[in-house]
Amino acid sequence: MKKQKMFFRMITASLIRRHSRMLVALLAIAVGATILSGLVTIYYDVPRQMGAQFRNYGANMLLLPDGDEKLSEESADKALNVIDKEKLVGAAPYRYESVTINTMPVIAAAADMDGAKAASPYWLVNGDWPSVDKEVLVGKTLAATLGIKQGGTVNVVYENETAEEKADKGDDDKSKAKENAADEGREFVVSGILETGGTEEDYIFISLNDMAELTGVKGKLDAVELSVSASQDELKAYADKISALDINVSPRLVKRVTQSETTVLTKLQALVFLVTAVVLLLTMICVATTMMAVVAERRKEIGLRKALGASNGSIIAEFMGEGLLLGGVGGLLGVVFGYAFAQAVSMNVFNSSISFRPLILPVTVLISVLVTGLACLLPVRNATDVDPAVVLKGE
Amino acid sequence: MSLLELKNISKIYGDLKALDDVSFKVEKGEWLAIMGPSGSGKSTMMNIIGCMDKPSLGQVLLDGVDISKESSKSLTNIRRDKIGLIFQQFHLVNYLTAVENVMVSQYYHSMPDEKEAMEALARVGLAERAKHLPSQLSGGEQQRVCIARALINYPEIVLADEPTGNLDEANENMVIDIFKKLHRDGTTLIVVTHDPEVAEVAQRTIVLEHGRLAKEIVNENFKD
Ligand SMILES: Nc1ncnc2c1ncn2[C@@H]1O[C@H](COP(=O)(O)OP(=O)(O)OP(=O)(O)O)[C@@H](O)[C@H]1O
Ligand SMILES: [Mg+2]
Repeated sequence: MKKQKMFFRMITASLIRRHSRMLVALLAIAVGATILSGLVTIYYDVPRQMGAQFRNYGANMLLLPDGDEKLSEESADKALNVIDKEKLVGAAPYRYESVTINTMPVIAAAADMDGAKAASPYWLVNGDWPSVDKEVLVGKTLAATLGIKQGGTVNVVYENETAEEKADKGDDDKSKAKENAADEGREFVVSGILETGGTEEDYIFISLNDMAELTGVKGKLDAVELSVSASQDELKAYADKISALDINVSPRLVKRVTQSETTVLTKLQALVFLVTAVVLLLTMICVATTMMAVVAERRKEIGLRKALGASNGSIIAEFMGEGLLLGGVGGLLGVVFGYAFAQAVSMNVFNSSISFRPLILPVTVLISVLVTGLACLLPVRNATDVDPAVVLKGE
Repeated sequence: MSLLELKNISKIYGDLKALDDVSFKVEKGEWLAIMGPSGSGKSTMMNIIGCMDKPSLGQVLLDGVDISKESSKSLTNIRRDKIGLIFQQFHLVNYLTAVENVMVSQYYHSMPDEKEAMEALARVGLAERAKHLPSQLSGGEQQRVCIARALINYPEIVLADEPTGNLDEANENMVIDIFKKLHRDGTTLIVVTHDPEVAEVAQRTIVLEHGRLAKEIVNENFKD
């Protein structure tokens, strides 16, 4: 017990009283450990952070009808229930029908406006989103063709060919509905003009209620666009679960979005990994050089210790002890500064704070102790080569 | 049986014979001085006696054991257990206090014992300076710490290579007084010196020249 005490007394005295040299090594380890713990914290937080960012780029999953029948609202709801609430950023059900405006055929998309807003945050609306019944959002291209302005009105006429055919076969209800709609149409107020850079600019967007009223058919959908904050693999798992429900819903991943997300994340993580590895290597080189200098500087002392009867084992233990203690202290400093570093990066880049992962503490300390130990191997080997006779030979 | 016996020792570096067929004996409790010009092989001989080097030829019997045949590991053990070393340059560990420097020797030998180390420092008159770092001590004080360290494990032989080489008159006398006390206590002492005054107080002096034993003088007026 006493012997251990003297051991620690010697190595701590060496670190504390010979501070300038050791400070350099400590600094190197602390910086290395800071980058390590900081980057690892970010590494594990990036998917979460980026996931939220990526959701600005629109839907990454689609629910489509399986077969020719339209989707029923109930099965869409059942499918949505599969996805964890906190991961679901937005769900936008759509129903598409052909209508005519001023005798020109146009595709009318019925949407849940809040869902569409959440699932496609990049949509730009000049004016307002429809908020009350009988309001319509008109695509930019279509608006130009028809000469429609925000605040104006359009007359939307629904023509149902199938209804017409059925009417010929004597389906009275439907033919009546058709007559109503076809003859007069409905007046809609243009609340805004939609810019998306895509095919949506050729459509008009109305609420699902208005569509139901226009067509006389309720609760039927063509697609649900989902924006889910999840990795490609997680999305696949959801898709499999939904398919397994067997409710006439066919889930599809929007490959263009999910794959580019995965690629970006993989690249980013590889970069973080690479930087961490390089920093650790640099730390190791710095510690190794410092320890090399320390050993050279202390040849006389090593010779003396050997002359006093120190075995090679004790010399190794003492220098390793100093190195590892340095590694441990540097690692602890690194955990503290690393968290601050990760927090600063997160605040600046992602505008959100990062939570401290307790596991980072032992991992960082362990790695910096290991790296320092590895860096000390060669210098410490040199130390054992010192000949005790050097102490008797004059300077 | 003598405590130490050198039989036809030579140490050869290339074509230089640092020691050339040297033989002599040292009895237990004896006080021996070694003199000779610079480069005559004094330190080389001390290294061999101190188990830090091996002779190229010849035998060294310490307590009847031929140390010229031992491995460097068992030489380390013999050195630790039987030899006390005093250096011209003191060789204190500069980041340890006086008492810690003494304890280092205990640490490698057996168990550090701060109380015992303090007593050893008190014996060389340094009780008050025990908590000072070497840089805060004078040369004479550092040499006394070095002596306390050499004695702490009760070695069979104390080897001193130019112990007063870096000291002034007053400190030199202080060290000589300590040696006298050690001799009275029965310690075997081998002291390398250039200084005739330091050699005169020993019982016997051997003189080396070009690695050979040139002269052996017994001090007739030696007094305890
Ligand atoms: N490792 C070595 N390799 C080659 N030559 C050596 C070595 N060590 C000592 N010598 C030579 O051996 C001779 C004796 O050296 P030593 O150190 O024993 O002299 P010394 O009597 O102690 O001298 P000084 O009084 O100056 O200390 C010297 O010529 C020295 O150059
Ligand atoms: Mg010498």
